[in-house]
Amino acid sequence: MTPAPALDTLSVGDVVAGGSYPLTRDSLVRYAGASGDFNPIHYRDDVAVSVGLPGVLAHGMLTMGLGVQPVVDWAGDPARIVDYQVRFTRPVPVDPSDGAVVTVVAKVGAIDADAGIARIDLTVTFNGQTVLGKAQARVSLV
Amino acid sequence: MPVNPELQGRVFPPAPPYLVGREKVREFSRAVFATSSINLDPEAARAAGHADVVAPPTFAVVLQEATLAQLLAEPDAGIDFSRVVHGDQRFSYSRPIVAGDELTATLTVASVKSLGGHAMVTAESRIVDSAGAHVVTATSTLVVRGDE
Repeated sequence: MTPAPALDTLSVGDVVAGGSYPLTRDSLVRYAGASGDFNPIHYRDDVAVSVGLPGVLAHGMLTMGLGVQPVVDWAGDPARIVDYQVRFTRPVPVDPSDGAVVTVVAKVGAIDADAGIARIDLTVTFNGQTVLGKAQARVSLV
Repeated sequence: MPVNPELQGRVFPPAPPYLVGREKVREFSRAVFATSSINLDPEAARAAGHADVVAPPTFAVVLQEATLAQLLAEPDAGIDFSRVVHGDQRFSYSRPIVAGDELTATLTVASVKSLGGHAMVTAESRIVDSAGAHVVTATSTLVVRGDE
């Protein structure tokens, strides 16, 4: 097993991971198939516009799902993510030709030395605006 | 029809058991841009001490989906799907989901609240393995927009 980052080397505020994810319409179709979420607002502009949206949006759960990946890679094993929560605060419209780039920065938010858990806080942005609120992953580093 | 406040506390019948397939885990992993070999390669997963590939942290949404469908189909729920916005999501794990697991999800409506004409429905899907041991609880808050 890949060694876990040592809890006692971490400080609150440390940036531990990050990433940049170019989404295209293909990414949305792929996520729809993998997850079973076939809501047409994620692949049909006409439906999205008819319900008052600017156009096709990324699945919130896709943004949540990719948002934690830099933390998984840092932790060394997806099994170390013991809790993960987000609030969906802004949609991510995905342009049919230009797509959308979602950026993730992961920082140490809190350390619970007794439990062996680091809380990693995620800043997930699109076009310079955060799209997830209170995005926190608890990582077991025992 | 507004959201029925009596939904609060309601426990639904367990969804049919879900067998976690290795290729489904790999497909889902690729869809969320996972690059960890423990998500994708059974050998790497075994070398890390797991029985098979480990599902990404948000994979439980696949099982949760079936339980939320029960909620939306409940005749007296009063939840109009076209007015539903996903507010919050959380996954709390006792252990990771691994290919080969047979999992059963049971939905409880934890709370129904009114907030400025909207309703906030918090739905908790408790997911257990074939031995009945807790694996993960997936909690969603759905915001149901009121009449404009």
